[in-house]
Amino acid sequence: MSGADVLKVESLVVETAGEATVPILNSIAFSISAGETVCLVGESGSGKSVTALAVMGLLPKDALAARSGRILLGGEDLLAASPGRMRDLRASEIAMIFQEPMTALNPVLTVGRQIQEVLETHTTIPYRKHRQRVLDMLEQVHLPDPARIFHSYPHQMSGGQRQRIMIAMALILEPKLLIADEPTTALDVTTQKQILRLISELQQKQGTSVLFITHDMGVVADIADRVCVMHRGHIVETGKTQDVLRHPQRDYTRQLLTAVPSLIPRPVRPEDSKQIVLETTEMSKVYGSRSLFGGDPPVAAAKDVSLSLKRGRTLGIVGESGSGKSTVARCVTRLIDPTSGGIRVRGQEISDLSRRALRPYRKRIQIVFQDPYRSLNPRVTVGESIAEGPINFGTPRRQALDEARKLLELVGLPADAIGRYPHQFSGGQRQRIAIARAIAMEPDVLVADEAVSALDVSVQAQVLALLHELQQRLGVAILFITHDLRVAAQICDDVAVMQKGRIVEYGPAETVLRHPSEVYTRELIEAAPGRNWDFANFRPFTPEAPAAPPQG
Amino acid sequence: MLSYILRRILAAIPVMGVVALFVFLLLRITPGDPAAIIAGDMATPEQLERIRASLGLNQPITVQFFTWIGQLLSGDLGTSLISQTPVTTLIGQRLEPTLSLALVAITLSILIAVPAGVMAAWRHGGFIDNLVMSGSVLGFSIPVFVIGYMLIQLFAIDLGLFPVQGFRSIFSGIGPFAERIVLPAFTLSTIYIALIARMTRASMLDVLGEDYIRTARAKGLTERLVLFRHALRNAAVPILTVIGTGFAFMISGVVVTESVFNLPGLGRLTVDAILARDYPVIQGLILLTSFIYVAVNLLIDLSYAFLDPRIRY
Amino acid sequence: MAIHLKEETEAFSRWRMPALRFRRRLIVPVAAGLCLAALVVMAVFAPYLAPHDPLAMLPAQRLKPASEMFPLGTDAFGRDLLSRIIYGARVSLIVGIGAALISIAIGLPLGLLAGFFRILDGILMRIMDGIMAIPSVLLAIAIVTLSGVSIWTVMIAITIPEIPKLVRLARSVVLSAREEPYVEAAISVGSSMPKIMWRHLMPNTLAPLIVLGTYICASAILTEAILSFLGAGLGTETPSWGNVIAEGRVYFQINPGLIFWPGLFLSLCILSINLIGDAARDLLDPRLAKRSRL
Repeated sequence: MSGADVLKVESLVVETAGEATVPILNSIAFSISAGETVCLVGESGSGKSVTALAVMGLLPKDALAARSGRILLGGEDLLAASPGRMRDLRASEIAMIFQEPMTALNPVLTVGRQIQEVLETHTTIPYRKHRQRVLDMLEQVHLPDPARIFHSYPHQMSGGQRQRIMIAMALILEPKLLIADEPTTALDVTTQKQILRLISELQQKQGTSVLFITHDMGVVADIADRVCVMHRGHIVETGKTQDVLRHPQRDYTRQLLTAVPSLIPRPVRPEDSKQIVLETTEMSKVYGSRSLFGGDPPVAAAKDVSLSLKRGRTLGIVGESGSGKSTVARCVTRLIDPTSGGIRVRGQEISDLSRRALRPYRKRIQIVFQDPYRSLNPRVTVGESIAEGPINFGTPRRQALDEARKLLELVGLPADAIGRYPHQFSGGQRQRIAIARAIAMEPDVLVADEAVSALDVSVQAQVLALLHELQQRLGVAILFITHDLRVAAQICDDVAVMQKGRIVEYGPAETVLRHPSEVYTRELIEAAPGRNWDFANFRPFTPEAPAAPPQG
Repeated sequence: MLSYILRRILAAIPVMGVVALFVFLLLRITPGDPAAIIAGDMATPEQLERIRASLGLNQPITVQFFTWIGQLLSGDLGTSLISQTPVTTLIGQRLEPTLSLALVAITLSILIAVPAGVMAAWRHGGFIDNLVMSGSVLGFSIPVFVIGYMLIQLFAIDLGLFPVQGFRSIFSGIGPFAERIVLPAFTLSTIYIALIARMTRASMLDVLGEDYIRTARAKGLTERLVLFRHALRNAAVPILTVIGTGFAFMISGVVVTESVFNLPGLGRLTVDAILARDYPVIQGLILLTSFIYVAVNLLIDLSYAFLDPRIRY
Repeated sequence: MAIHLKEETEAFSRWRMPALRFRRRLIVPVAAGLCLAALVVMAVFAPYLAPHDPLAMLPAQRLKPASEMFPLGTDAFGRDLLSRIIYGARVSLIVGIGAALISIAIGLPLGLLAGFFRILDGILMRIMDGIMAIPSVLLAIAIVTLSGVSIWTVMIAITIPEIPKLVRLARSVVLSAREEPYVEAAISVGSSMPKIMWRHLMPNTLAPLIVLGTYICASAILTEAILSFLGAGLGTETPSWGNVIAEGRVYFQINPGLIFWPGLFLSLCILSINLIGDAARDLLDPRLAKRSRL
């Protein structure tokens, strides 16, 4: 097998640059043979992106350096190659596509020009033939109207289209190895599915080997021939995808798989209460510019949204980016004002209340945001952040801080965390603090706006468990906004699917996620990566089969 | 695109309006009798009256304002209290040396500062970077006149390479013109070089951290192409902005430089007006330079549209 | 997700700041601080430090070179240059510090208001744009010419053109901070507008404000020197570095020290303040510091 290896990494060590070095990659080794797809999977900080950059020779010079080991590309050691030689190899032998298609293309050059640059740099093809080559390649990545796209700028395209441009740029010279660093993470599931299909199509056509970096076990299950599980700079487990998913050898791999939420909705919970705590009726939010010089026509971010949520229940709003799900979250919390329609919190209409009149009702509906790094004021202690709300509503300061201490324990943090600042906590811990701040108001409704989307799966599982526990204990209703059907399946009683500002399907999670009646819902479910696997139980799963028993 | 240009031009008008209003009010709201201050301690009542009449201080304030704005719009900047010549004529006579000085200095600044800033960012933390950064702090900190006299001492007196002071029109020959303009232009450009080099470096550092630069490198492009084709164009907007706002330094620099090198330009006109307390001339110069400042920045705003396709809507 | 990568890079940059490098970074700002402290001491204790009365004219001692009696020589009126320079520090420092404090006192509240209230924003920022468009030295000259020369008018004349910089800074900090989820969180737990401003927005303006304040101080000292140099500043009975230089111009070819010595002090003073400002920026403003480090 080693004879056919396109890439062979041997005991690669990468450390931080400078005097006091810290190892980032500890003697990792793996290989990829011709035409094979190998996934590097791991959580943040595992070193998977660093591995990719090391292979490309693109480690940030003043921050990281490869100390020892070999990176053999067709037998040639890349660590020993001169900068000039590395430049020659890039795009012609190894190419790379990145996570953020939005920022990976130069905004001031046309995309045609950016692809053409590859030909200009690496080939002797005469200039007049460049354009045709580029147009052919744009055709191959299935972009509509290549001649128009050629002259377009990146900002005129969607994320999926830009990633297609990146792929065209990477594969135009038919390199032996394509490194894909989370290329679909920033994309919607339906787009992700198309991009994954495109990569595998071109891979088969060109015989390319693919090193695919991802955090998503679903993607691994769908595309990888072999998988390397990374954890803190080590490769902890390597093997055929089927073997690793069925019979993980290491505890870490096992943990990682168990944390992946199942697509099978959780068992139906009995309704304890009939009390409706949140209700919207035909709520709409229209953005329109009233500029003197025209501007964009009015856009309905949310249209005729009618939802209702009972005490102790969880309602999920799922949808892709731009579907309007966050608009709904921000409207019901009155962070933005709806254009029309009603919002009732425990029967009280709040959609038309003035800021001042609204104040007493604010505490009844609280929100947890997506980004744990920005949702806490870096200059305010954790305790002060949590106590701020109760103090606003008249709780004496000392008492509010005592409560904050109890709340911290409730969300699984030490009570003495109260005097510390947010930067002393990890992402998952900060999200717990944000939840404690919301719960401190004793709200009827907790809005979680993509509240676990920025977290690693294992942390995500813990935060989901925390929300579940808090709901059991306090009876709070949760409005859960997410793009991730797996998460929705695990936490929601009811699910509303949104598309282009409207609710297209709305019903019990069991019905919507297992027997969808709308085409769009079905598309979403079918696009969910790894839907044929029940990761937590280490076995494949046939979606048509009757419901599997609930997980552990 | 057209709507962008139109909007920028319309946005510049209120700024000029505010400038005019501010300058107008300045004379009227300063504590004390401006006429008395301008005339000096020895003024006779007749002199005071003449100054008031000449500044239009006798009429109701609204009348004053509208007559004044009317005059401005017809290109009348008032009349000098001393020489009784229209301010526009005075300015016209002094325009050439100032224009020559400023243009040479700007060209010099951009030619030196942009490459220096690019190199500093590229070799971040290295020798060139340290050199550029320390050089620019010095450039900010040493006053223009100190630099001017240092250059005169070194290059004109000690080495005898250039004439000490004076100005020759470019129409009287490149040689004599260049010989006399080099030192003042360099003096004037120091602070500008410092400013532009620092901004170029900062902006390039930002851009060099962007994903598309990594993409360009992943394509195997040479560093030269990465820096100048991919990075510099993206870094250009803040650099141009600072060239525009830095134009204010240029204007005050001109006044000082002309006075150090004895150039008969607008700067000298300003100094003469200060010494003679010739307020209409000062006022005219303020309006003119503010207008130039606004116009330069408008042009720079418009140039963004050509640099960045995202602005063309 | 973007967060993952951010965590990784954050970890790197933390490891990349060994103590040794940090100490080397401190040499320049500490030296600058000492230099500035020396100048402040010089200004405060001028009467004890100056060897002569800065105003005493000795016609017999005109334009003398450096000697034991006059360490830096004398000017055209036979006054001791060193004493005039020592007293000159007073004007520069008073004007510099005064301008920085006044512009913060006026600019910060205006900027906060502009950042928070849309209606005010339009009008206020147009006014600020207008003031920015007027070249600061010319504006200062006009103000001084119209209202007579005194240390107060000079200070105010120098401060007015600096205010827009502060307003714009405070406003931009507020505008970007109010988009932050933690501000929205404060709104949703029912915090009032003044409370949000005071607790969540003000602290963000503090670090950039200190940095800009030092730059304004340096710039004000420079402008004062230029005004004096051009003859629009304080009279020579109040020695300032600028007017000492202005008086020395005519005799420059006879005794260059008349310009270079005050020029040296002036440059050192501005330089140390600028260097302190740079150090403060690196220390206080993580975003800018990261930019200059990464």
